[in-house]
Amino acid sequence: MQLLVVQFLSGLASAASLFLVASGLSLIFGVTRIVNFAHGAFFMIGAYLAFTLTDEFSGPLGFWGGMALAAILVGLLGGLFEILLLRRIYRAPELFQLLATFGATLVVQDLVLLIWGPEDLLAPRAPGLAGAVEVLGKRVPSYDLFLIVLGPVVLALLWLLLHRTRWGVLVRAATQDRDMVAALGVNQKWLFTGVFALGTFLAGLGGALEAPREAADHTMDLRIIVEIFVVVVIGGLGSIEGAFVAAILVSLLNAFGILILPKISLVLVFLLMAVVLVIRPWGLFGKKEGAARISGGATASVWKPLDRDGRLVALIFVAAAALAPLALGPYGLAVATEIAIFVLFAASLHLLVSVGGLASFGHAAFLGLGCYGAALTVKALGLPMLPALVAGPVLAAVGAAVIGWFAVSLSGVYAAMLTLAFAQILWSITFQWVPVTGGDNGLLGVWPSPWAATASHLYWLTLTLVVVAVTGLRAIIFSPFGYALRATRDSDLRSEAIGIDRRRVQWRAFVIAGAGAGLAGALFAFLKGSVFPDTMGVSTSIDGLVMVLLGGVETVSGPIVGAIVYKLLSIWLVSHTDYSKLVLGLVIIGLVLIFPKGIAGSLRLRRLRRGVAARQKAPA
Amino acid sequence: MTALLEVHELAKAYGGVHAVRGVSLSVASGEIVAFIGPNGAGKSTCFNMLNGQIRPDAGTIRLDGRDIAGWPPREVWRLGVGRTFQITATFASMSVIENVQMVFLSHAGRLGRLWGLATRSERERAQELLSLVGMSAQAGRPSAELAYGDLKRLELAMALANEPELLLMDEPTAGMSPRDRVELMALIAGIAREKNLGVLFTEHDMDVVFRHADRVLVLSRGRLIAEGKPDEVRSNPEVQAVYLGEGLTYHDGAGP
Repeated sequence: MQLLVVQFLSGLASAASLFLVASGLSLIFGVTRIVNFAHGAFFMIGAYLAFTLTDEFSGPLGFWGGMALAAILVGLLGGLFEILLLRRIYRAPELFQLLATFGATLVVQDLVLLIWGPEDLLAPRAPGLAGAVEVLGKRVPSYDLFLIVLGPVVLALLWLLLHRTRWGVLVRAATQDRDMVAALGVNQKWLFTGVFALGTFLAGLGGALEAPREAADHTMDLRIIVEIFVVVVIGGLGSIEGAFVAAILVSLLNAFGILILPKISLVLVFLLMAVVLVIRPWGLFGKKEGAARISGGATASVWKPLDRDGRLVALIFVAAAALAPLALGPYGLAVATEIAIFVLFAASLHLLVSVGGLASFGHAAFLGLGCYGAALTVKALGLPMLPALVAGPVLAAVGAAVIGWFAVSLSGVYAAMLTLAFAQILWSITFQWVPVTGGDNGLLGVWPSPWAATASHLYWLTLTLVVVAVTGLRAIIFSPFGYALRATRDSDLRSEAIGIDRRRVQWRAFVIAGAGAGLAGALFAFLKGSVFPDTMGVSTSIDGLVMVLLGGVETVSGPIVGAIVYKLLSIWLVSHTDYSKLVLGLVIIGLVLIFPKGIAGSLRLRRLRRGVAARQKAPA
Repeated sequence: MTALLEVHELAKAYGGVHAVRGVSLSVASGEIVAFIGPNGAGKSTCFNMLNGQIRPDAGTIRLDGRDIAGWPPREVWRLGVGRTFQITATFASMSVIENVQMVFLSHAGRLGRLWGLATRSERERAQELLSLVGMSAQAGRPSAELAYGDLKRLELAMALANEPELLLMDEPTAGMSPRDRVELMALIAGIAREKNLGVLFTEHDMDVVFRHADRVLVLSRGRLIAEGKPDEVRSNPEVQAVYLGEGLTYHDGAGP
């Protein structure tokens, strides 16, 4: 009983900071429709700044002033980020804004490492709240009790701000219909900046308040981002009250999950999210989303299969790739093999994101299932490579069938978040189911059969399978099914009115894309000789999205270009600089600003423009 | 003779607002029926119930004698109901002819196929249909860049591609120039008579309505207030009141 009460209070205390961060994300999304992936980064900066400031200035004033200053600085930084970067890309497809905020996350990760070093940093205890209070014979930190009170206070303040001030009314109006607010003569720019600053301020405050409780480390941004995505989705995007209730639910589930079901504690929260989304697709307090789309949107030029020249270029390209073993050593070939694998991964995600308009934040789940499917076939069943290369995609397709079944009944961001949740569930399972998956240690010794064991043989095998699979995916895009999938993206209304069963079509797309990513995963397992849970982590999913978006969602060949460029760049950076994330992040941000249509998309647009110009010149 | 479409006591409420109350109507094959009424009368709600987008609270919708109330749109379509929308809905990333080909492919049940080029099938038939609606010159253009009137024509072609028995057209000529309106409606009427289709359409342009409709239904505040030949409806005092106002604000020459 005593233990339960203590866990309960500790859970409530964690909920406070979670609520602060999540409400900021929710506010930002509500008004700007941006899924701010950098929110975790702002949270992290808040924690580190709070450490430095409270370390610098001592005494009660120094501590509390330092906390407040940390949050304010983060808010200012957020405002600056909005003005300098996001403002330029509000007109780009929504996923592009996600890409920009992801770039910022990478930059911040390395900056934090540069400024504060790799050690975990714990801020000093709060003056006056350093002790503990006895509750039912157990000692509960007074700081925790302070946080428990703070949560509702912040909720009340936010409520007052949103309901009792003119600015708050504008924010709520913009959450409902931002175009109408703009039409009524409100300067949207400053409203957006203000909301972004407030949202990041809350993230910074959340981070600062956690600093004396838990040591700040440089992976806290990705940890919290997954958690607040879950909170925001359970509570309902754009709802502050929802974020509050969901933060408490999630924190309590975390606190008690460890007591009751330690083996599957990580899974519980994501299960809760999946259940909520299935019962209430827009979260507990959320409202049905408007027509806002997360996909790339329509183009003014029509997709066409490659013409003769295009096929020739593709053929030359594949032939050149096949000759790579003549020029590259074992390391170079391993890199080339990995790039080929990620081309397939990106192409499979492209089928969902670009063709189907289904944003998936959890595509790495299928890559991971392919990895583990292949690895377990070799390790547990003792079968050779070929059956494993079949088992990987099959397992991934089964997983995709399950995840897809849930995802296609939701729309937009919610579906994307659901895929993220499922990917995290799978990650937790592989992490915690040690007897089968080896947990954190992974499965080692997944080597190719002797006939494919040399670097060049494995490369050729991979290249062959990838070329066949990518060609297959391309053929599907232009097949009747591919058209039906695109039809559901273009107009749900019209496709239903001509007899297309949207869910069924999109579900099949999930299965096909899952199998494709699964094949990539199986090959990846043999390339590395081992598999680890991190393969299906958030960052792999985001990598995939970056590749697709860099290539250009509105193109057919985009993911191939995107995967090659991104993978080459990140591998090259890792081997040439200690701050690869910093450079990569800056490159991503730069690319987003220069090529708002993606690399392949922008090149094609330029070609089109030149074509039009030439045509205009030709006739007299 | 049983009617092609027979609607009985259809009703739909949103919260306390009765958008549609006890509407009964019928459409026979080869008959063109206009559905008119002021904005907010419930025309679009009615339409959306007929093709399955909205589930009615009460009432029956019989198509060829089968009650289809509450069926999803795609199944209503399979029974031979073509639909155009008040705000056009086409596939913006596809060319004009591909839009029509999609309907043919779906009608043939071939949209599930993972192989073959979608654009190779049904080209001739799609081309024929496009020339029927006067769009053959635009076949290769991206539908995203069409003018609004042309989008309406494209929608008509798409609605005809599954060889429907019944066409439901929500403001088929909205947003077009007066000349184009009359032209397009004449085209629709011609096709309907030739193929013996039943047509139910809503329209605000009375020229279009009175020139082509065999019968006119008048909806006001969710209720059917008049029904009959165009001339009868035109002289109906209640209809005049609904359309022209009851003159309450003009009492004693006080002005508006």
